[in-house]
Amino acid sequence: MTRAALAILRKDLRVELRAREAVPAMALFAVTAFVLFHFAFDRDALDGDVAAGTLWVTLLLTTVLGVNRLFVAEREQGGLEAMLLAPIDRTAIFLAKAAALFLYLVVVEIVALPAFAVLLLGPDLLGSLPALIALLLLADLGLAAVGALVGALAAETRAREVIGPLLLLPLVVPLAIAGAQATEPLFTGAGAPEDLGRWLGLMGLYATIFVLLSVALFDFLLED
Amino acid sequence: MVAREAAAASTEPEGATVGSYAIELDGLERDYGERVALDGISLQLEAGATLAVLGANGAGKSTLLRVLATLLRPHRGTVRVLGSTLPDEAISVRGRIGYIGHEPLLYRDLTGRENLRFHARLHRVGPERVEELLAAVGMVGRASQPVAELSKGMSQRLAVARAVLADPPLLLLDEPRANLDPAAADLLEPLIGRAPGRTRVIVTHDIEAGLAESDLVLGLRAGRQVYCGAAVPAEAPELARALFL
Repeated sequence: MTRAALAILRKDLRVELRAREAVPAMALFAVTAFVLFHFAFDRDALDGDVAAGTLWVTLLLTTVLGVNRLFVAEREQGGLEAMLLAPIDRTAIFLAKAAALFLYLVVVEIVALPAFAVLLLGPDLLGSLPALIALLLLADLGLAAVGALVGALAAETRAREVIGPLLLLPLVVPLAIAGAQATEPLFTGAGAPEDLGRWLGLMGLYATIFVLLSVALFDFLLED
Repeated sequence: MVAREAAAASTEPEGATVGSYAIELDGLERDYGERVALDGISLQLEAGATLAVLGANGAGKSTLLRVLATLLRPHRGTVRVLGSTLPDEAISVRGRIGYIGHEPLLYRDLTGRENLRFHARLHRVGPERVEELLAAVGMVGRASQPVAELSKGMSQRLAVARAVLADPPLLLLDEPRANLDPAAADLLEPLIGRAPGRTRVIVTHDIEAGLAESDLVLGLRAGRQVYCGAAVPAEAPELARALFL
């Protein structure tokens, strides 16, 4: 299964490097959203819960774009059908898609986070960067798991561009809550919160649950 | 025609055992919502034989092929492919089926070689087989071009190479020579033509061609089996009337 998952992941990354359809769009969307927030708030800098909410809502909406693009080549070019004909465990497809989405999110955050700091954030980010990176990576794991699941489900529907966000956004509410709650102290300049471990644990639990759920459901989802 | 259907619904030679069948269908039904796409298809195809599936557009030919390829679940009836019952044992036949559908199932942004190497990894086939097949389909010189830049005929050559990567014993071919010029069709003949131990199911609109290269013919009309019997080229006109008029 690992061999098949790696082959699919490598193929996905190669297609993305050639077509550049997902990551550039996601990064541009995130930066544009921060520019809009910058003007809409009409403030020089944000901090605390407003800054945390702005960052996490933008990242979650950016994820929607990635999820919508995750199965485009499979659906439009018959790639999924060809993979379903191969003697592989279909969980490999989920693992590859989730890994691809995880990598997309990491790359997007490498671009979006400095833009957020420059355009919107008041307090200096450097001191709280390790905690923020840990939160984002765990959130990305959860988003990748639920995103690959929702992407596969939406890909089989006609109104996939609508179904994807409608399914995804309610499912990621726990991540939005945990992320914003844990990040708020970081954006007040107070450093890492005392209960950071609790929020990290919650995000880890979320990612674990959705990975297990996806592994259990993915084969069923791909049946006609 | 009806008597013939009853008498020759299989390619079973006298004394053949059940185990010699590559495909066994008994009362296969498949729906798309309210629409019945396949309604009570029954036949037996001996291993190594060729079945031609004939019928007008929407007759259910491609649906039958997709059921056999494990891409669609049968809703009712029994389907056995290469000794495995579908859909429960589908995993055991995947990889032993070469499928060519309406689309080439290739990534447009990847080159022909990258596409084949990707599928070779999934089928646990070495890269030397990819090069062998690129040569066999006459695509070595264009193998480094993205599929998006290739003509339909060239994409079809790659689709054939993809389908036979693992040298499968069963080929499911939906208009496999579509978009191919005569020279290309001849070039691909060793890969998808009749060969010892190779069972083929060919979907085609071309009755005469279908009869010429098959042992058994299945005629479908609106999802129903209106003919199933040995391929007799002289019966082409009668078959055309039954299927298309």
